Amino acid sequence: MELFELVTAQTVPDAVKAQARSSTAQNGADVRFIAGGTNLIDYMKLNVERPRQLIDINGLPLDKIEKTADGGLKLGALARNADVAHDPTVRAQYAVLSQALLAGASPQLRNMATTGGNLLQKTRCVYYRDTATSCNKREPGSGCSAIGGYNRMLAILGTSEHCIASNPSDQNVALMALDAVVHIEGSKGQRTVPITEFYLVPGSTPQRETVLEPGDLVTYLTLPKLPAGTKSAYLKLRDRASYEFALASAAIVMKQDAGGRIDFIRVAMGGVGTKPWRSPEAEKALLGKPATPSNFRAAAETALHGARPQSQNGFKVELAKRCLVHAMGQASQNA
Amino acid sequence: MDLEEKDDKEPTSSLGKLSRRSFLSHIGAAGVATAATAVAPLAISPTITDAQERTSSEGQTIPGAVPVTLRVNERQYSVQIDPRATLLDTLRETLHLTGTKKGCDHGQCGACTVHINGRRVNSCLTFAAMQQTAEIITIEGLGQPDHLHPMQEAFVEHDGFQCGYCTSGQIMSAVAMVKEPWGASDGDVKEAMSGNICRCGAYPNIVAAVQAVRRMA
Repeated sequence: MELFELVTAQTVPDAVKAQARSSTAQNGADVRFIAGGTNLIDYMKLNVERPRQLIDINGLPLDKIEKTADGGLKLGALARNADVAHDPTVRAQYAVLSQALLAGASPQLRNMATTGGNLLQKTRCVYYRDTATSCNKREPGSGCSAIGGYNRMLAILGTSEHCIASNPSDQNVALMALDAVVHIEGSKGQRTVPITEFYLVPGSTPQRETVLEPGDLVTYLTLPKLPAGTKSAYLKLRDRASYEFALASAAIVMKQDAGGRIDFIRVAMGGVGTKPWRSPEAEKALLGKPATPSNFRAAAETALHGARPQSQNGFKVELAKRCLVHAMGQASQNA
Repeated sequence: MDLEEKDDKEPTSSLGKLSRRSFLSHIGAAGVATAATAVAPLAISPTITDAQERTSSEGQTIPGAVPVTLRVNERQYSVQIDPRATLLDTLRETLHLTGTKKGCDHGQCGACTVHINGRRVNSCLTFAAMQQTAEIITIEGLGQPDHLHPMQEAFVEHDGFQCGYCTSGQIMSAVAMVKEPWGASDGDVKEAMSGNICRCGAYPNIVAAVQAVRRMA
């Protein structure tokens, strides 16, 4: 690990001002915010992240979980994953988020990791983690070792010839299905970005993963109120029963009308995309239809229509479909 | 040595038949470290002056060292450390609280689990300099050889270890876990303890130990 200077931010504007001096807010940033540290310190130990300055933001008043005036929920960027997962309102109204958080990492990590940190969680691609190998995300222009390499865990949706790294977060898949809004304070003031527009696909610039610019601090997320009677489910499939990243996961938010037809549907997938993956195609396929296994299967086929498997992860196409069908079934039955 | 002198003292734990010596030989390295700190200073001292002297006498100059104050096991320590020092390395190398173990050093094994403000965390994934307002508890602060924490007793009673390397992390994790909202089944314990790896495979006995303590509560 390279030497860095640790400074403590007393206020949000101070934090913004300090990070605005960084050349980028993306991979390779020389000034980094640090909160839980579970992801950043791991990557600093591997010399993948080499900031010259860390801004400790743990003292900022951004850890609250509060109901909003319009019936939604506000999640402070510093709210710990464990606290969000066990929050009574989250459990009751946004069960998919609680389930997703509890499916991720370990209890110790969930006690440290924050909402904002998880939002920016880095890929687990082994080549991104290994500075001895080529990786366009870590070192733009150096090449992608994963294409034709060890890519069993990597993405089949949103990939490019430059990068196939998968987004590892569970939380963010649920946030996609909940239409979360990211609230950012930056050098030019405050702004909001719908989570569906927050992440970027790699294209020819895989080092850029989000819309964040230098100085941008994610301060909180808001979750809109869901229609009464909405049910949700998160299903995660992985190599072992616990404490493992997803091979495929699905977050489903669904409401049926009195006649049993689906009149509200959100479909998101994890473990298969270069970003937390929302499928408007699957949603369109289900809207207005009865919640039946055959309709679920048809929607799942649509969701994976554009999948481009690599040499080792072809199994993910069918796995992701079955994951979606199963999760849709759960969401349609959950009380 | 104090350790020898106090060896005839009867332990006050419910495991009355177990002498400290036999306990130490059973529990292995983690237990020895616990005892060393708890009973009396051996070759090392947890006082700050001594810790600093030790650092300088070993010829370790730390460029860019920062002053850090930590509160560990209800005791305050003021030390000069490299800002890169994790809480784990600071506990072990600077404060000489070696009961907390370094396994993977990447938050994957749980051997370094300690409590910060009552919650279990991986001490390898936080910088000590970021924990200056925290209340930190390590295995050394949990129980004493002659007065074990109920979870420590349960691990002995149910043979919840073989080599002992993961044990302090397992116990710290388990103590925090019983206060968290988990279900009552063995499956819930397995899920709740999934952040602690035991390469010896003592898992069934660890589950039994944790369940024994939960039934007591």
